[in-house]
This record gives sequence, C-alpha cells and structure tokens, in this order.
Amino acid sequence: MTESSVRDKAPATTPSIVEMAERYPEPQEKPTYWRSRTRSLLKHAGLIAFGLVMLYPLLWMIASSFKPDAIIFREPGLWPTDVTLENYTEGWNALLHPFSHYLLNSAIIVAGSLVGNLVACSMAAYAFARLEFRGRGLWFAIMLMSIMLPIHVIIVPQYILFSELNWINTFLPLIVPKLLATDAFFIFLMVQFFRGIPRELDEAARLDGCGHFRIYFRIMLPLSLPALATTAIFTFIWTWNDFFSQLIFLTRPDMYTVPVALRTFIDATSESSWGSLFAMSIVSLIPIFLVFLFGQKYLVKGIATTGIK
Amino acid sequence: MSVVSELRSVRRPKGKRRPSALHKGDGKAAIFFLGPWFLGLILITAGPMAASAYLSFTDYSLLEAPNWIGLDNYIRMFDDPRLINSLKVTFMYVLISVPLQLAAALALALVLDRGLRGLAIYRSVYYLPSLLGGSVAIALLWRQVFGADGLVNAVLAWFGIEGEGWVSHPDYALGTLMILNIWTFGAPMIIFLAGLRQIPQMYYEAASIDGASKWRQFTSITIPLLTPIIFFNLVLQLINAFQTFTQAYVVSGGTGGPADSTMFYTLYLYQKGFASLDMGYASAMAWLLLAIVAGMTAVNFLVSKYWVFYND
Repeated sequence: MTESSVRDKAPATTPSIVEMAERYPEPQEKPTYWRSRTRSLLKHAGLIAFGLVMLYPLLWMIASSFKPDAIIFREPGLWPTDVTLENYTEGWNALLHPFSHYLLNSAIIVAGSLVGNLVACSMAAYAFARLEFRGRGLWFAIMLMSIMLPIHVIIVPQYILFSELNWINTFLPLIVPKLLATDAFFIFLMVQFFRGIPRELDEAARLDGCGHFRIYFRIMLPLSLPALATTAIFTFIWTWNDFFSQLIFLTRPDMYTVPVALRTFIDATSESSWGSLFAMSIVSLIPIFLVFLFGQKYLVKGIATTGIK
Repeated sequence: MSVVSELRSVRRPKGKRRPSALHKGDGKAAIFFLGPWFLGLILITAGPMAASAYLSFTDYSLLEAPNWIGLDNYIRMFDDPRLINSLKVTFMYVLISVPLQLAAALALALVLDRGLRGLAIYRSVYYLPSLLGGSVAIALLWRQVFGADGLVNAVLAWFGIEGEGWVSHPDYALGTLMILNIWTFGAPMIIFLAGLRQIPQMYYEAASIDGASKWRQFTSITIPLLTPIIFFNLVLQLINAFQTFTQAYVVSGGTGGPADSTMFYTLYLYQKGFASLDMGYASAMAWLLLAIVAGMTAVNFLVSKYWVFYND
C-alpha cells in the first residue's frame, strides 16, 4: 500500500469535537442509585433463598431430631412444637454399644491417619521437592498417577493380605497404609507448598553443614504450617466420612466406626424411629461441622489451589 | 496448579544433571525420606495391583486356593446382565449429574464473583454440602427426604400433590442420587471462583472501552480463559462420580434396589467380592473399572485440544 492511498482513505478534514462525540458516545448512563440498589437487593434475596433451599434438609433434620417421632412426618416446618431430647438419649443407646463407643473408634482411626499423613507425606514431599536423586521424575509421575488410582483395583488383594495378617477387625488396615504415605494426594499438596519456599533458605543451611533431616524438621515444616493444616483438615474429614474401607475391614460390631454403625440403624430399629437416627446423624456430623467452622480458611485455600473435592 | 496440569508438564529432564556439591549425599537422604512411601507403594498399592491382575484370571473365593481360568471372568462379564445394567446406571448417573453439577457450580461462581457483599458467607453456605455429601448421615437423610412420607412429599402435599416414594420407585431412585450429587456443587464452585479471580480485570476494562456487551465479554473473555478450570473440574468430577459408592449403598440399604435401579458399578463389585466372595470376578471388574476411568480421562484429554484454551 502506498502512502498516497492511505491518505486517500483518511477523512478529508479532521473531525470536529461534535463529530467525535457522535462517533464515540459516552458510555450509557449508569443505573441510578435506587435502580442498582434494587438489583443488588434482588440478587441477595435470590442467593439467600437458594441457600435456604439447599440447607433446608439439614436444618429440618436438626429440628426433627428434637421432635417426638410421632410428629416428625406431620411437620415439614422447622420450629418444633414439642421439644424433646428423647431422640438423643434413645439413639445413643439404640445399638449394641453406646454411641460413644463408635465415636471413640472413629477418633482412633482419625488420629492414626493424621499422624501418618502429616509425617509420612511431608517426608516424601521433602524428597520430591528438594532432593536430587536418580529417577526422581519417574517416581514423581508414579506418585501422581497413584492419586487417581481407584481404590477398587487394590481392595480385594488388600483384604486378602490383611486377613492373612489377621488384621481384619482391627484398625491396622485403616491406619498402617496412611503411615506409609498411601494418601499420595497430600504428598502432592505439600510438594506444591515446599516449592514455594525459597531455596536459598535451605541451601544456606546446607552450606552451614545442616543435615537434611534438620532442614526438613527445623526449616521446611515450621514454614509449611498452612499446608500441614490443610492436610490435617482434609485427612480428618475424609477419614471421618470414609465408609467403603471401614465397611470392608470392620465387620464386628464392637469395632464399628460411626459411619458403619449409623448404617446399621436401618436394620436395628424400625423405620418409625427416624428421630433417634437423625439425632445420631447430627452427632456424627458435629465434628465435621466444627472443622468446617474453624478451618474454613485452609479448606477454601486447599481446594482452590489443588482442586480437591 | 493441579494434578492434571502437573501430569501434563512432567517431562524427562534433557541431558544428565550434574550433581552439584550441594546435592552430594542426596541419594541416601532420599532413601530415608521416601522410605515409608516406597514401602507403601510396593506393599499397599503396586503389590495388590499385580495380585489383583493375577486374581482376575482365577476363580479365587477366599476359601479355596485360586485356580487359573484364563479369560473366563472377562468373558462372563459381557454375559452378565446385572453388570451391563450396573454400567448403564453408573453412566447415566455420571453423564447427567456431573454436567449439571458443574453448570450449577459455574453459575453460582459467576454470581458470587467480584466484590459481592457477604461473599464469604454465601461461599461457606454453598460449600457446606460438599463436605457433608459423602457421609452416611446425609445419605440416610436423603433416604428419608425422598421417602414415601418424607420431606419432599410433605412439601408437595401443601400444593395438593401426592408424591411417590421416590427412593423406592425404580424410575426415580437414581434421580434422587443425582440430585444428591448436584447438591455438592460447592467444591467445584470454589475452584471456579479461584479461576475467575485469575482473569486480569484489565481484559474486561479493555473490552468495555471497545464497546463489548456484558454477554460478549462473558463468551469471549470469561469462558475461554476459564476452559482449563472447566476441564480440570470435569476430569476430577467424572473420576469421582464414577466411583460413587456410599450414597447408593446407604440409600438402597445395600441392595442397589429397587429393581437394581441404583446398582452402581462399585456397589455390584462390592457385592460380588465381599458378599458372594467371588473375588476373582470382582478383581476382573476392578480392572474394567480402571480401564473405563482411564479411558474416560484419556478421551477427555484428547478432546480437550479442541476446546481448552491454554494461555501459556
């Protein structure tokens, strides 16, 4: 394109201010204060209504747990007309063992899993994030793939292995794998976090003659408290909610955990005693709810950065 | 950022890395730090995987020693109408509930984005079901809510509608489980929120100066830049949904009923392996499950080339 042809296409005269204004109109008037105010009110009303619909079954379960069985189904409303604690006392003792027994069993498994995931996974993460060793890329890829491996592929031989060891109906099949860092997801989470810690810190310590264990224990772990908290919180929730493996490895009633015990409510009590079932369901959800209340920051961060469920 | 993107970027380092003085003795330390993990990998993961592959070619039943029966288990699977049905049920569940769950997650994330007052509270409220959704307690609640004289029917009665016993009707039972899965849209929603936050605000400013409408901004900026997150959520939720067990087990009382309408694949696998002790068959089923999940993920990755937009 020659210079002259460009000039031909250019407007003959420079556009006046008026022409410019016509060509580029002002952005449309912003909605007035009241209009935007109404819009935002409507939005909030919609969001609140939606939230209520979502949480209604939960709220209703809580309300129903304080109602006598006879009126639970006649009242879809929330406010109990006749408050009773009977469901809780009855539900607590409805099964073979008092409910505290199952709570304790669950707590033991959770405690073991917490220790395992916090120690074993952070150790493995340190190796992947900081050490140079042969085949690191390959092992790392294997670790990543093991995160996505469905448990069903290994559960049958695991069951055979643990029954050979006489571990069925003990907590060992549920705790020992965690001590061996099989929840590889948390290794990944901590590798991500460790990578964000400046290398200069531990390299300086290295030059000063500090060993790897001390670097891991005195530098990396103290700096990784958020990642450790996220790990602890998700380990707690997943282990507390876990049903599949607990159902398989714990078949004797005195070894039942909360989820397995809750399930037997359906067989043990008649369908009409929903009240005590609800009461114990709520008891089983309280720990999760507390973790949710106090660990929200880490929950949201954990999901947002690593995409867990 | 995620396992998925990490796997995309795992590549062999080019050339041999020269071990610097700083990394002398790393190998020994690695043995110490990776020791527990490695033991777990062999004893708890890889060993059992190999064993399960072997068992899938046997008639092992826990009570007697395994006999090699070749491909019999795999051939039997294709003649097993209950297995075919369980695949149908599971695929229906996955293919309907996952897209709806993600759509809900995305819609809510868009509404909640950018400086909404009370954002943290809404986010928590919508996220809570994700935390509780996998528990036995919620599955039991669902059983009641959609039961013959449950909460849903009580509400319908206000409008003079007489509802069914939703969980005990073969046409609707699976639907109640889908609703349960959609109800837990909070976790993908939070991932979407994080993704939205990473889109630079200046893109929108530039677009609106150029006179792009809100809708145009949504389709030309938000959606393309969000496709990696949508993809990530999709892969993750498909894998998870395909392995759903607890909800189906509890809502159906362990039977997969009524009339096998909630007989998820994993539930059938459990029944075969741990109720009938047909462990050879269950192992073969487990390998089919792995093949399906891996295949689904591979297809996802292949198709992703055509719709996922990577900015890097």
